[in-house]
Parts: sequence; C-alpha cells; structure tokens
Amino acid sequence: MENLSTIGKIIAANSTAALAFDNEGDAKEILAALKAEPHIVAAGLYDRNGRLFSRYPSNSGPDAFPTGPGPAGYQFMHAHLEGFQPVVAEKRQLGTLYLKSDLGAIYERFRVYGFLVALVVILSFLSAWLLSKILQKNISQPILALAETAKVVSDQKDYSVRAIKTGNDEVGLLTDAFNYMLAQIQEQNRTLSNFTQDLEQRVRRRTAQWEVANKELEAFSYSISHDLRAPLRGVIGFVTILEDDYSSKLDDEAKRITGIIKNNALKMGQLIDDLLAFSRMGRQEIEKTNIPTLAMVDAVIRQIVPGNKDGNIQWVIGEIPDIKGDINAIRQVWINLISNAVKYSANKEAPQIEIGSFGRDAETVFFVKDNGVGFDEKYLNKLFKVFQRLHSADEFEGTGVGLAIVEKIISKHGGKVWAEGTKNQGARFYFSFPDERSEFSKQDTLNR
Amino acid sequence: MNPNSVEVLLVEDNITDAELTIRELKKYNLANNLFHVKDGEAALDFIFCTGPFSGTRTMQHAPRVILLDIQMPKVNGIEVLEKIKSDPRTRTLPVVILTSSKEDPDIKKCYDLGANSYIVKPVNFERFAAAIQNLGYYWLLLNQRPI
Repeated sequence: MENLSTIGKIIAANSTAALAFDNEGDAKEILAALKAEPHIVAAGLYDRNGRLFSRYPSNSGPDAFPTGPGPAGYQFMHAHLEGFQPVVAEKRQLGTLYLKSDLGAIYERFRVYGFLVALVVILSFLSAWLLSKILQKNISQPILALAETAKVVSDQKDYSVRAIKTGNDEVGLLTDAFNYMLAQIQEQNRTLSNFTQDLEQRVRRRTAQWEVANKELEAFSYSISHDLRAPLRGVIGFVTILEDDYSSKLDDEAKRITGIIKNNALKMGQLIDDLLAFSRMGRQEIEKTNIPTLAMVDAVIRQIVPGNKDGNIQWVIGEIPDIKGDINAIRQVWINLISNAVKYSANKEAPQIEIGSFGRDAETVFFVKDNGVGFDEKYLNKLFKVFQRLHSADEFEGTGVGLAIVEKIISKHGGKVWAEGTKNQGARFYFSFPDERSEFSKQDTLNR
Repeated sequence: MNPNSVEVLLVEDNITDAELTIRELKKYNLANNLFHVKDGEAALDFIFCTGPFSGTRTMQHAPRVILLDIQMPKVNGIEVLEKIKSDPRTRTLPVVILTSSKEDPDIKKCYDLGANSYIVKPVNFERFAAAIQNLGYYWLLLNQRPI
C-alpha cells in the first residue's frame, strides 16, 4: 500500500502541469510511465470538475473507472487495492489521480519470497545431502566396511579375511591397524594350532607308550604272581607233608629246620602278595563315590578285632565326616592304619586308640592315634617307603608295604599323609583329604 | 582205571601242584576215580573221546567235575573251557578253574565263558589243602549232577 501511495504521489506531482494546462497528451504520457509498474492495472486523472481527463491503459473503457473522484486514500476493493490521490499545485487542487493496483502483485511478491525461501531450503537440503553423501563415501562407508569385515571375522572365525583400504586418511590408518591385528591373530593362531597339534601328538604318543608299559606291567605282575607262587606252594606243600607224614622219622633239629623253611616260604608268599597289592594300587584308577566314613571305620575295627578277642583296647572315635573317594581304596587305608595301631599298641597295658578328624583350610584331616611303641622321628622319612620297616620281624610282623599303600592311595585322592611319634609313647598318623565332602556325620564315641 | 568211570578230571601241567592236589583228595578218599592230564590237548581228547581216547570211552560217561588250570602248554585252559561250554554235549559239565594267580586278567573271561567256579590256589599249604578238600566234597558228594 505504501508502494502504491508513493507511486500515486509521484504521478500526481508529475501530472500538475498536464492538468493545469489541460494537456491531454502529456497526461497520457505520464500515465503511460506506469507500464514500469506491472501491478498497476488502471490509472485515471480527473480534472477539477471530476471529469475523467486521461486514463491508463489508454485502450481501457471509461466503465473501468469510478464515475468521479472519491476521498483521498487507498483501500482494498474486490481483490484490488485502489484509491485516490489529489493532484495539488500551490495549495490548489487541480484534479484527482485514481490508481488501481492488482493484489496479484503482492501475492506475486509473496510467491517470489516463498519461492526464494523454498529454493534456499531445498538448496540447503541438497547441499546437506551432498555433503553427507561425500562424508559417507569417505568416512561412514569405510567404517561400515570395516565393521562388516570384523563381523565376518568373528562369525566365521576366519582370520585370513582382510579389510579393503580405501584411502590414506584416518580411516585408512584404522583399516591398516585392523588388518595388522588380524595378521597377528592369524599368526598366533597358527603357532597355537601347531603347538596344540604337536602337543596332541605327544600326548597320543605318550599315552600309547604308557598303555604299552601298563600292559607290560600287568603281564609282569601276573607272571610274578603266577610263576613265583606256584613253586612256593610246592615248597610249602611238601615241607608240610614232611612235617605231617614223616614226623616220626625227623628228629627235633630236622623239625626245627623244616619249620624255618616253611616260615620263610610263607613270608615270601606274603611279600609277593603285598608287592602285588602295592603295584595294583598304583595302576588302579580311583572311582569316587560317597563314603560313609564312620560306618566304614566301625566295620574295619570289627574286622580287625573280632568281638571274642576284644582285648582291652579303649577306642575313642571322634567326629568323622563322610568323604568322596574310592570305597575299596579308602577302606584299605583304614584297615592298614587301624591294624598298625592295634599291632603296635598290643603290648601296652592299657592300649588306647583314638580316631577322629578336624578341618583346616579347604581340607579335612583324619587321624589315628595310639599309645603304643611309637617310633623315633629321625626315621620319619622311611615310614611311608615301600619295604621300609622301623621294627624287626621278631618284634612285629610285617612286610613294610601297608603305609606305602596308604601313601599311594591318599596321594591319588589329592591328599597328603604324615606322622608324628615318640619312642614308647605312641604314634599319630594323619591323612588329609581335599574338601569335596558331604555333611559331617554325627559325633560318636564308642567304647569297646 | 576204566576211563568210563572217571569222576574227577584234573587238567594240570604243574606236576607239583597235581601231586599236592591228588594227595590231598586221596586223604579223604576222593581220588579213586581221578584222571590226570598234563595239557589242554589231552584234556580235549579225553572229554570229546578223540585221539588216544577214541573208542576207549564214551561221552555218556562224563566226569562229575573238571579241575582246570589256565596256564598250560599247547592248548590253554581258556580254550578248553570255551570248547566244553560251546558244545551242547558237554555244556553242562561242571568246570572249576584252578589258578595260581588272583591277578589273572582272565577271571571275568572265564565266568563269561561259563566257568562254574574260579579258585585261586593258596600258597599256604593248610589253606590249599582246605580248598582242595572242600572242592572234592562239594563237587563229588554234595553237588547233584545233571542227568
């Protein structure tokens, strides 16, 4: 509207001469200058009498103009902006200028603005898209390709795959580092697998050797047991026949000698049997089950000291928890330890044997204590060695295998054996068992 | 001895063991109808009436018990046991394995093959004598043989 009012003022100012001198041609020429303003669709000059003096465009009919000049000012009429501008010269009104502007021009301007805005927005989007395309090509794509390669590597465990390097930028650097890492892993895998193969081969070879050795040992044991026992049976058998059937023909010295022969042969038989038991224990695989230890100890005591020759041993049975182990092997441990305690305290006036256990850092320690002959601790290192004895056969019978078997069984179960002793004061034997135990059985004290 | 009246067939290559066994059985009058062969081949000939025994005895007159050692030259005890237990004519014959060793890896095999008993000969003569005496009483007097 302001624009229209300015145009109106300019045209009105220019038109004063044309109106003053009633020059129609000049007026027409002035109005024709409105061609430069395409939104002005009509313009007219009225003279001081209100007669339409000149009109623009010149070919438009008089019907298109108001019949006479209206009050000064502009207003919207029928989608047009129109109004009147008095033509004044020296404070005298010479006439009135009528101007009609098409609102389309304003709309047109709005449209232009809108178009410009849209264009800017589209251009921004376009450039953003282009930028992202370029960035994607340079950064995202290589990174995604790298990620894809990493996925392939981790999914297929194929470390021979390499990422493709696309440039010498930071991403290229990352790709190089990634490939280097893969190469390292591949190399390490190769080394590891070679090592594993080598190890497996060695294990197989050793296992085969071990199996052969074990077979040989079995055959050896069988052969000892069979071939050594048979002649021994002959010796003992015929010496016995001599004693039984020919005793009347033998004098006392001859009888003493046959007795010695028989005893030695019997001892040799016992040695063979113990040696075989020891070697069998070494070869046997342990098979773990739950062992009701208290009941086992009870049964072993009954077996070693049958009810009728109870003697005067005082038994003190403490807390003995159940354990998991090879039932036959563990029974053998108790048999050997308890029979030792009975044997070595037999000469005491009031023999006492105490059996119990205590727990300490993730293991259970069982013990068998007696107040028998004990031993000198300087021979401690010989105690658990096979065929090593601290007493002569005259004092106490034995072959020196029992404690060696105990040691072997306990070490096979992952435990340890040890002993304490004082000469003529008694001995204490301990064995530890790594904790894998079930609940403690009831404390029980038995006096037999 | 009439081969048809044999009640105990002792298959034992060790003559000392054989003598001790026979001597012990004799003590209780259980060795009157005992026949001793020294290897598996002779045992099979006796049992199946072949070789030296063809025509001299008939299979109907079977021994009451066969005392069979395992370790023997030529044909061992396991093979003899297998032949006896796989033949329908001799399958019901009681076979007692007598061996020197309890280390014997064949103990399970013997039972699998159908051995009726498996005895380890003790080194201790008193126990050996008791075992033989028990064996004799059990198989010759107590046990009812299949008809």
